Amino acid sequence: MTAIRHHIPDDMLDAYRAGTLPHAFGVVVAAHLSLCDQCRARHEAADMIGGAFLLGAEGANLRADARDRMMASLEAPAPKPPPRASGPFPSAVMNELGGRPPHWRMLGGGIRQQILTTDREGSLRLLYIPPGKAVPEHGHSGQELTLVLQGSFSDSAGAFHRGDVEVAHDEIDHQPVAGPGEPCICLAATDAPLRFRALIPRLLQPIFRI
Amino acid sequence: MMLRGGLRDGTAEDVVQDVMLAVWHKAGQFDPHRADAAGWIYGIARNRRIDMARRRPLAQPDEMPELESQEPDADQIIALQQEARHLAEALARLAPEQVEALRAAYFDDVPHSRISEMTGLPLGTIKSRIRLGLERLRHELKKIAP
Ligand SMILES: [Zn+2]
Repeated sequence: MTAIRHHIPDDMLDAYRAGTLPHAFGVVVAAHLSLCDQCRARHEAADMIGGAFLLGAEGANLRADARDRMMASLEAPAPKPPPRASGPFPSAVMNELGGRPPHWRMLGGGIRQQILTTDREGSLRLLYIPPGKAVPEHGHSGQELTLVLQGSFSDSAGAFHRGDVEVAHDEIDHQPVAGPGEPCICLAATDAPLRFRALIPRLLQPIFRI
Repeated sequence: MMLRGGLRDGTAEDVVQDVMLAVWHKAGQFDPHRADAAGWIYGIARNRRIDMARRRPLAQPDEMPELESQEPDADQIIALQQEARHLAEALARLAPEQVEALRAAYFDDVPHSRISEMTGLPLGTIKSRIRLGLERLRHELKKIAP
């Protein structure tokens, strides 16, 4: 297995940890943390620093107010455990899929998609791209975070394999092409609808929700 | 719950015991080979706090796979506990403003932009204080455990 080369940026991991990242992006971060030891270690090291403060980092005992606050948050009901990881899909993705395999919608050219969630803050989709096929050229209005779950793709920014994430901003016009071998399955979060240049006229975008 | 409210300042051991009780149904997942207890507890508390404030629970990474060997590895457990102790010692050696910057970022988990609003300091200053605090922390850790 190829080592993961493209990671979650610091700011994004901080926002995930603080709970301020839009849901669509949070799912991609959680899925990356499931596949990447390096980012998982960053995440857990940060909790370890939090733990050191919990125990009173200055060598003193924990202040009662900090302890109260923490105990209060532990009284909240525990969320029900998400479904287990299955095939290429980490648990956070299976949770969005409702514990079932994807239900693809054909986009033409063998490309498939399933929209997992969409709201004002952003949308999250799974994309299936046959080997050697290009994802239709698109610019972004906003930010896009794409995680490879199976196969690979490459674009002007390099090659991306399972576990790699690509962060794209609005100024980038990129055309990812799926690598040879297995079909490429990616998880993509956007904070604004994509503007496709080809394949489907922009007028139809709200209907197809791509 | 009896634990809430009117607590006196407690020792580290008290806190760990109290929290283990509060999250006893999760305590089976705690693996002392992989995490120190305080960090693990902090992570659970952080997630619960976030979930109370959000419409949808925060997406979580997969549970780590069980270790192949069921035998506890005392060396590894002790090494991890020692690491956590060294971390606390290193934190105690930092300058107060660095400790405060790290506390806001890693204990209160306040987004940098909020820290900036609360303190009136520019975002760049907040980020460089946190970065400096982390660098000092790394430096102190190296002195404690080279
Ligand atoms: Zn990573």
